[in-house]
Amino acid sequence: MYAYSEFDRAFLRTRNTQFRAQVERRIAGNLTEEEFRPLRLMNGLYLQLHAYMLRVAIPYGTLNSAQMRQLAMIADRWDKGYGHFTTRQNIQFNWPRLNDVPDMLDALAEVGMHAIQTSGNCVRNVTADHFAGAAADEIADPRPVAELLRQWSTDHPEFQFLPRKFKIAITGSPNDRAVTRAHDIGLRTVLRNGARGFEVIVGGGLGRTPVIGKVLADFIPEADLLPYIEAILSTYNSFGRRDNKYKARIKIMVNELGLDDVRARVEARFRTLRAEWQGVDQHILNDLRRAFAPPAFRVAPTDGFDTAYQRDPGFRAFADTNLAAHWQDGYAIVTISLKAHGATPGDASSDQMRLMADLAERYGHDELRISHEQNVILPHVHKSDLPALYAALKTAQLATANIGLASDIIACPGMDYCALATARSIPVAQDIARAVAAREHDIGGLKIKISGCINACGHHHVGHIGILGLDRAGVENYQITLGGDATETAALGERAGPGFAYDQIVPAIERVLDAYLDLRRGPSEDFLATFRRLGAQPFKDALYLPEVSAHAV
Amino acid sequence: MSRRFTPSVVTANDLFEGDVVYLTPDQGWSRDLSHAQLFTDARAAEAALAQAQAQSDRLVGPYLAAARSGPNGPEPAHFREAFRARGPSNYPHGKQEAGMCRP
Ligand code: HEM
Ligand code: SF4
Repeated sequence: MYAYSEFDRAFLRTRNTQFRAQVERRIAGNLTEEEFRPLRLMNGLYLQLHAYMLRVAIPYGTLNSAQMRQLAMIADRWDKGYGHFTTRQNIQFNWPRLNDVPDMLDALAEVGMHAIQTSGNCVRNVTADHFAGAAADEIADPRPVAELLRQWSTDHPEFQFLPRKFKIAITGSPNDRAVTRAHDIGLRTVLRNGARGFEVIVGGGLGRTPVIGKVLADFIPEADLLPYIEAILSTYNSFGRRDNKYKARIKIMVNELGLDDVRARVEARFRTLRAEWQGVDQHILNDLRRAFAPPAFRVAPTDGFDTAYQRDPGFRAFADTNLAAHWQDGYAIVTISLKAHGATPGDASSDQMRLMADLAERYGHDELRISHEQNVILPHVHKSDLPALYAALKTAQLATANIGLASDIIACPGMDYCALATARSIPVAQDIARAVAAREHDIGGLKIKISGCINACGHHHVGHIGILGLDRAGVENYQITLGGDATETAALGERAGPGFAYDQIVPAIERVLDAYLDLRRGPSEDFLATFRRLGAQPFKDALYLPEVSAHAV
Repeated sequence: MSRRFTPSVVTANDLFEGDVVYLTPDQGWSRDLSHAQLFTDARAAEAALAQAQAQSDRLVGPYLAAARSGPNGPEPAHFREAFRARGPSNYPHGKQEAGMCRP
């Protein structure tokens, strides 16, 4: 993992001291809210419906056990004993008091963490495949490049006031777990003639105008990446719209100028910039690669795993559902579900955080990851340790075997916390999870994603089933989209039709699932494949003509 | 021009806690909507709002929120205000913790 240098530590100390003084001036009445607001947002401090919210960056989702323990300490000392992990691999504390925030930031700095650029029109937390450095299908660990991007974009003087927020995601695997096609820039590692480079995707995004990103360059050699990205940002800084906040994202610029025009401008800018880069970035990258070197893997028998797998059906379900293939023999990637049936998606109590930190230390080479799907991952666990790990997870409601299933729902905070929300999302997720629990293993792989307004923080457009909460004439109303996909075959879901009332949305989702179970060719044809074969109509019939479809089957 | 004024309360977030507060008839601030003053007159409401806006040393973002008169005092007219008056629905946090809201 990357450890902060003295430069990083000094920078953070200065920033935190500045912010402490700003908070004091606000409290003393020397700053108005209009003056203070941009300053607090630059430090990740929002004001939501019921309280402030502090959003802390977890760069590319990677944490060590000391950092996780510190998050637990912060949750206990200054919040309500829990934290909320988000789709952008951040953690949000929902109840800090203004006076306490400077102390919280100092506590974060102690473990090399901060809340800088988690808000505002700058380059936000760079997100990455949560299986980075562990996945069997990986070409290269994307985190050294992600860290390089983080260092380059943090406090970059030219890019603090972009037309709008800017989100970069990176993956090292052909199987895209980082939703690269729904980001302002998506980077996919590719090999060409044995050399590493990136496919650069631009102009993806969700929100009120969802767009699947387009390929700006099919191969940028690794050594050219930073100047190329700088060229994109610089083009966006010049030509992105500042007259209308809803048209300010780079996706609108790409749509208005056209992809070819954008490419020509970026390439022209790149030619100038390339000459100015003297290769320092590549030296840094080499050092970073050492920082992200794989841990000292163990060679040991895995009989213990095999025995437990045969004997314990609970462990078997957990192993079948929550493990992913590691490139190292004898190892597995463990996804810990923060979606116990009926729990708030993405929330972890301080006790759960401490347990996960302990387990990472004992069994996981001290590494944890936060996924955009709001779960926690132990990327490197030897299979012989899995039975003990599973037993420990069970003691803290962390052993739910539902990864990738219907109850593994992404949900934004919605109207329970968010000031922009038009409806709740958390209780809808809780109710769906409870309703599908008994049959979700039969249903198989399914991504349900819920947002509480058109900003789409819950990624509903790219859910196999997406749910968007709206305010229709003063009551909560939920629109369903079908057939979205967040992976390398990314697609936006199709609106099914009129929305459903709060008390009708769970039955509506159940009808879609009933229809799927009737229509599929067998358990190996998952929901998305069935949808792609048949189109939306049979699912729409199930939603809107329940009697008819009940007779038809 | 004479659009009917919707009865409203003056509400904001507390600067220190962030919690939702309401202007009371005695010019104080309460965390309990039922203690709020319900304005039925547009001019009086605007004047109270202007006074709230001047209190930026203790409030953030004051505005007029539509409300109705109920047996125990003002009640929210819209579900967003109902959530602000009560707190989140996934945990008994915020005002619910303080035992401040009636179910
Ligand atoms: C204070 C709470 C939040 C506010 C004010 C907020 C605001 C917004 C806004 C305004 C957009 C639309 C941007 C645009 O279309 O230009 C957006 C998009 C998004 N937000 Fe949030 N959000 C909040 C919480 C969250 C949370 C909790 C998550 C993660 C669970 C999140 C992740 C995202 C994602 C993934 C998108 C869509 C991707 C995109 O930027 O196009 N946000 N948010
Ligand atoms: S989608 Fe809307 S309701 Fe949900 S967190 Fe984003 S801004 Fe808030």
